[in-house]
Amino acid sequence: MTVAETLFYILAIIAIVASIGVVTVPNIVHAALFLILSLLGVAGFYILLSNEFLALVQILIYAGTVGVILLFGLMLTRGREQNLPSVPAGAQWPLAVVGSMVLMATLLTAVLDAEWPRDVGQVTLVNINTLGGALFHDWLLPFELVSVVLTVALIGAVVIAHQEEGEA
Amino acid sequence: METAAEQIPLESFLFVSAIIFSLGVYGVLARRNAVQILMSVELMLNAVAVNFVAFAVYTDPQLFRGLIFAVFVIIVAAAEVGLALGIILRVFRNQGTANVDEVASLKW
Repeated sequence: MTVAETLFYILAIIAIVASIGVVTVPNIVHAALFLILSLLGVAGFYILLSNEFLALVQILIYAGTVGVILLFGLMLTRGREQNLPSVPAGAQWPLAVVGSMVLMATLLTAVLDAEWPRDVGQVTLVNINTLGGALFHDWLLPFELVSVVLTVALIGAVVIAHQEEGEA
Repeated sequence: METAAEQIPLESFLFVSAIIFSLGVYGVLARRNAVQILMSVELMLNAVAVNFVAFAVYTDPQLFRGLIFAVFVIIVAAAEVGLALGIILRVFRNQGTANVDEVASLKW
């Protein structure tokens, strides 16, 4: 087994176990910390796929910002009577297990059955210069659009969450 | 020198991402707290982004459209988390709970 394969298996185990933690742990704060761990595992995948820029974006935006925002959201939406926000799964969880297992079986069978390109010689690396050039040249309009989307969404979030005068 | 991507087949990435996606689906279906559901949605988005990047690296090295798409997925996910938490905060203030099964004022 090569170094890359070993690293891949370690990262895959981290990501999958952390994802299981996200969806099964009753304590929401622990679930959020598991989510950050899972996102870091995926950042490792991006490094294995030779994409250091995406890995950095993943760590900064996902593991950093999204994790912190989620923890703030937990802090702000917890009842005063309970110390730890612990919410077990709803009564529908057996159905959810069946549904997601069927989906997983379908996806995994499809992945195993399909003919994927095996020409490993074709794998080339996209460095940060090429990616930036493409992003600001070929994909400039979608890039500007998505920045408008981000601005609108965040202003909307501030407006929605704003506490008005006299509100409890 | 051989890159890491050449030693790992494409299927491995698709396999892991399918498992993470299904776990996210389970979380959305089974969990009751709105923030937990949001976290499960993040897992699903993340699994999709892994797929995009893997396909871009293995099958589309000239145009790498999947990479661009993954960047956009991450940006939209960030916007979505901010907006969703604003809404959850509002719901919590109005209804006193962030559990989606207890917020049933629109239920007929």
